[in-house]
Amino acid sequence: MENGKKIVETGAVGSRSSILDRLSSILDLRKLMNYEPVIGLEVHAQLLTESKIFCGCSTRFGAEPNQNTCPVCTGFPGVLPVLNKKVVEFAIKAGLATHCEIARSSRLARKNYFYPDLPKGYQISQYELPICANGYIDITVNGAIKRVRLTRIHMEEDAGKNIHDLLGDWSLVDLNRAGVPLLEIVSEPDLRSAEEAGSYLRTLRAILQYLEICDGNMEEGSFRCDANISVRPQGSAALGTKIEIKNLNSFKAVEKALGYEIGRQTETLTDGGTLIQETRLWDENREETRAMRSKESAHDYRYFPDPDLLPLVIDDAWIEGIRASLPELPGARKLRFISEYGLPAYDAELLTSRKDIADYFEASVTTHRNPKAISNWIVGDLFRVVKERKLDERLTITNWPVRAEQIAELVQLIDAGKISGKIAKTVFDAMLDSERGPREIVAEKGLEQLSDTGSIETIIEQILAAHAKQVADFQAGNEKIFGYLVGQIMKATQGKANPQKVNEILRQKLTAGR
Amino acid sequence: MNPAALTLHDAGEKLRKHELSSQELTLAAFQRISETDDKIHAYITLCRDAALEQAKQADERLKRDGSTLPLLGIPIAVKDNFLTRGLRTTCASKILGDFIPPYDATVIKRIRDAGAVITGKTNLDEFAMGSSAENSALFPTRNPWDGERVPGGSSGGSAAAVASDQCIAALGTDTGGSIRQPSAFCGVVGLKPTYGRVSRYGIIAFASSMDQVGPLTKDVRDCALMLEAIAGHDPADSTSADRSVPRYSEALTGDVKGLRLGVPKEYFVTGIALEVEQAVREAIRLLEKNGAAVEEISLPHTEYAVAVYYIVATAEASSNLARYDGMRFGHRAGGKDLLETYMLSREEGFGAEVKRRIMLGTYALSAGYYDAYYLKAQRVRALIKQDFDAAFQRCDAIITPTAPTTAFKIGEKIEDPLQMYLSDIYTISINLAGVPALSLPCGFDANGLPIGMQVIGKHFDESTILRLAYAYEQATEWHRGKPRMED
Repeated sequence: MENGKKIVETGAVGSRSSILDRLSSILDLRKLMNYEPVIGLEVHAQLLTESKIFCGCSTRFGAEPNQNTCPVCTGFPGVLPVLNKKVVEFAIKAGLATHCEIARSSRLARKNYFYPDLPKGYQISQYELPICANGYIDITVNGAIKRVRLTRIHMEEDAGKNIHDLLGDWSLVDLNRAGVPLLEIVSEPDLRSAEEAGSYLRTLRAILQYLEICDGNMEEGSFRCDANISVRPQGSAALGTKIEIKNLNSFKAVEKALGYEIGRQTETLTDGGTLIQETRLWDENREETRAMRSKESAHDYRYFPDPDLLPLVIDDAWIEGIRASLPELPGARKLRFISEYGLPAYDAELLTSRKDIADYFEASVTTHRNPKAISNWIVGDLFRVVKERKLDERLTITNWPVRAEQIAELVQLIDAGKISGKIAKTVFDAMLDSERGPREIVAEKGLEQLSDTGSIETIIEQILAAHAKQVADFQAGNEKIFGYLVGQIMKATQGKANPQKVNEILRQKLTAGR
Repeated sequence: MNPAALTLHDAGEKLRKHELSSQELTLAAFQRISETDDKIHAYITLCRDAALEQAKQADERLKRDGSTLPLLGIPIAVKDNFLTRGLRTTCASKILGDFIPPYDATVIKRIRDAGAVITGKTNLDEFAMGSSAENSALFPTRNPWDGERVPGGSSGGSAAAVASDQCIAALGTDTGGSIRQPSAFCGVVGLKPTYGRVSRYGIIAFASSMDQVGPLTKDVRDCALMLEAIAGHDPADSTSADRSVPRYSEALTGDVKGLRLGVPKEYFVTGIALEVEQAVREAIRLLEKNGAAVEEISLPHTEYAVAVYYIVATAEASSNLARYDGMRFGHRAGGKDLLETYMLSREEGFGAEVKRRIMLGTYALSAGYYDAYYLKAQRVRALIKQDFDAAFQRCDAIITPTAPTTAFKIGEKIEDPLQMYLSDIYTISINLAGVPALSLPCGFDANGLPIGMQVIGKHFDESTILRLAYAYEQATEWHRGKPRMED
């Protein structure tokens, strides 16, 4: 917090105002005031096209530096951009999925600034006429649905990467990423807390993943976020001084940085300070934001329509074709999971947060229709393992240790009375590091439940015979002994005896002998 | 006669009849270059060895399949703002240093595929910014008709090379008159096609919404043949038109009967040299006598064209030239940090006129000035376009002088940018409107300097202006004039 306070301008204190200041500090009016945060987010989503936005170069991640480049994306003299149709299609998909108006005519524009990772000295983006505008997405916050408006979605090219401190005084430039297509998705300042911002980002990411246009990986930079945040007195309609926060590389960073800023801004105002409009960087290690030098943020980008690209005209047929091909989106899928599978909203929300997880669940339910039990295994045991083993960094379940049919098979074994819930946990653990499915594991380890009445009776009789004193106590009215005897039976069967049958037969035998 | 003095169509016929080989023709062109270029300075880079190799291949092809490709074996000079793979391309600027392009411009690829022989790269005003070829960072080119005078610009090297028979034909670019004005000054034929007719891919951009490639030739038929070879859709240029290319040479009927010609009154006002006006009016009378219908028309927004042009063109240029930052190619100064490296590289690399235009354009696009300059200029540009649309409701072609004067003296206007800009006063509107126009010789002044007439056509109607120009050429002898350079 100290760092934040340093930049606060306190202003000159005259004699009259110092009296007022003292009065107000006695009354402490400002401290009675509640501040609410006003947050808008700008997301940059890298699109999953095969080739770059204005040339045929590959977008593949992880190639040797400057391997995926050509004269066009390295800004050689004489080159011209040709817009990748797939990028337009993806932008329309995103627009339709977020209830935007799709512009029948939009324009690419040049954003001019100098930087070595920007080979042309300008970025081709969109300015006055973006491809999508005036949309919204619904998010869930504490069980309630909130509508967040989208100002616009536009297409643009990514810049390359500068690499410093690798070669002494030199900086190196890798232009593999230059020209990779991005969507910039700008929300209205409709968010009122860090949690809402987090929910918005997760929902937006889920939509893009469902559309299969962005992998949503924040850590790798394919889903990036800048936040605009101000605070204002509760009930006020006017907006406070806007602060832009950059360098937010994870959901956690977004929520932490916003939480920090809400605190810093509220505290500054509460203490009678003023805020200046500026861009601040989130410092992951120190967990605080710090002001960028004003030189770093002061820009006149001199936007103008790119004369190398004609106005982008989109006809209704194209839009309707794309609309017809849209997949079921997370919101709709969640509602369907509730109605079709009878899942609680909580389960449905978790399962539909990612398309691959929802697909996994449905594949499992197709194999064996016990949705709630399957959901429990996925959101409980499976999520725990994935988290513990850090299997989710690539945001794909392809390397998850258990296949969807195997979860179904496991639940099937329980439902058929072949194994108990307790044994099932053992089987699940065994499945994690084995190629074998639950049925094989049960067979191999002899874990199948003992349900045959005759065998159970034999074991019970042996136990009762060995515990004559306890049997007598029970019959004298000590009901607690029953549980003890069950435990002995389970122990004798290594937990495999069907607990329901054990209960039934034991009670029968004990009461018969009374 | 030196075979390099032949027209493209005559030389082509001799090649196809095996009366002349491409190697002889190419050697003849280089003979002319060695005789005249230390006076003219038309070329920045010569590629004699590569040219002779291309000529040899052309001869084999001519022998083998009796090809009828019009450009096969023809020596052609190329303005040094076309990227030529493996062949130094300077744009007459220090900032490109000894830049060797990794690829060929689409037009270069087309003429190479058509079997043309590239003689070399011709001089220009740096980044095609200028009207005299004096803004070249290397050296000025001189007018073959009078070595004390400019050849015009920016395609001054290409015009001078054609006029002095250092090649059979040449390629240039025209953003505000850069093909037509030097063609007028050097007494050759030069065509700026419709914007979008010829690919811009691989042309070093000056003002993207106006740059257009075109031929400079010895007569109108050559111009039509060159256009046929270079025109057509290019998927690599989003602004190139996806329309079929007519056989322009078939439009050359020699007849103007029934053509309706407009003569805009705004083009014959103060500033025009009397001899220029007389020559153009005489030409119009001749066309009328031969059956064309002539009518005075008005292009009311003409007076704003120079202002609009110097806002739009410089705005685009300020952005187009941002890539010359010393990072990936060309000249890099050793600054102590990134900012200083940028500033010194550009300070040392760009000439005064280029810097002037970058600053003008940057200013016009700046926050707070954009609406007053760039946006307003675009609105007026739309009005200028409408002027032409309205005029072409009533006529098939418009006739004007190409430039208000004949070639001026070297040094005469270089210190006064505005005077220099006014030498493009008749050509600039055409680029703003995107319509095609050509310049062809229509007389000589008292100093024996060529006078050019401009013929402007409808969008994508190059055929009509070529037909008209050809008919005029057939009825006159002006295009046969050759500069005397032996003394």
